[in-house]
Amino acid sequence: MANLKDLKNRIESVKNTRKITKAMQMVAAAKLRRAQEAAEQSRPYTERFNAVMAGLAASVGGSDSAPKLLSGSGKDDVHLLVIMTSERGLCGGFNTNIAKKARAHADSLLANGKTVKILTVGKKGRESLKRDFGQYYVGHVDLSDVKRLGYSNAQDIASDVLTRFDAEEFDVATLFYAKFQNVVTQIPTAQQIIPAAFEAEEGAEAATLYDYEPSEEAILADLLPRGVATAIFSALLENAASEQGSRMSAMDNATRNAGDMIDKLTIQYNRSRQAVITNELIEIISGAEAL
Amino acid sequence: MADTLQFDLVSPERSLASMQVSEVQIPGSDGDMTAMADHAPTITTLRPGVLKVSGPAGDAEYVVTGGFAEIGDGGISVLAERAIAKVDMDQATLKGMLDAATDAFAKAQDAKSEGVDDAAKALADVVAIGDALGISVN
Repeated sequence: MANLKDLKNRIESVKNTRKITKAMQMVAAAKLRRAQEAAEQSRPYTERFNAVMAGLAASVGGSDSAPKLLSGSGKDDVHLLVIMTSERGLCGGFNTNIAKKARAHADSLLANGKTVKILTVGKKGRESLKRDFGQYYVGHVDLSDVKRLGYSNAQDIASDVLTRFDAEEFDVATLFYAKFQNVVTQIPTAQQIIPAAFEAEEGAEAATLYDYEPSEEAILADLLPRGVATAIFSALLENAASEQGSRMSAMDNATRNAGDMIDKLTIQYNRSRQAVITNELIEIISGAEAL
Repeated sequence: MADTLQFDLVSPERSLASMQVSEVQIPGSDGDMTAMADHAPTITTLRPGVLKVSGPAGDAEYVVTGGFAEIGDGGISVLAERAIAKVDMDQATLKGMLDAATDAFAKAQDAKSEGVDDAAKALADVVAIGDALGISVN
């Protein structure tokens, strides 16, 4: 009976799908571990860096001579959105969530009469925002060939952003990425990187009075561009961990769904097979009775 | 034995060293400085150079570029954009750094920007690293 064969084929194909999603989940789990380690290793740098910058910014920030990267260009007209997403799909709501956050931000900026420029990192976000915001795209960074995210990737993006800032192409830059909370939760985050905002730590940090060599201003001017790179680097790492976490849970769900589906189809298959047998029996018996 | 202080060397990608040392020679952008225990709190930016530490656990040398060193009450933290242990340093790595510095210098010269002096200094610093380590690019 054709129906039985169809069911059998269907079960086979779902089983294959389950194998694939299972494999993807395991690959994502392994990659997630590596991504988390990388994020962990960069944390001491980022934390110390931000602590020192917060101290410096607090003491220099108020003056008129503060570098533009810290005080801003004095305007708030042109916004650059750096939207970081993944290069590959099949990772649940990861890209959608970031795109949604960026879209809402861009919409509210446009509604307030600001100019929006968009720099995308990662193919997926670029594709999903293209229809509504394609005309605002100013650039794209392709990381699909990058096997292991390094600081140099962040430096490249940072120098691109800084060149645009120096050319006065924008006034405010905001990063969009997903912060890694755990495997099931990734929080889409918007972080302003230019003008730089450092969260000052309370108490201890302000207490130490440092000697500066060269001057405070010179150090700040030297470190601010590096701060942009650092912020981008940690966002890249968080994003990578989030992507793998998201993919892992999405693939876990898919594997489970496939399992449920196989169970259901198997029951259906057995039932219809039984029905065929019963049917045949009835035919035989009624045939025998007719004689 | 002199007093020791905590020394941390971190780059964005990983933490390279965290140990008790007795002195650290830092390639500051205004010149080398050696920090020992109870040094006055100082923050200095780094130039490309060789960072030397010596302590009870032995001596070590690292090539660092870009970043800053923070000498505080709790010890010394060196945050370098790129930090490589001396043993891992080879001709190819140095050549890469040299090429990058040469490019930056050439670009600054072309653009006749204010960065020419800085780029020239950075290039000289990288050349000095090669001399200090006894690695020749050619």
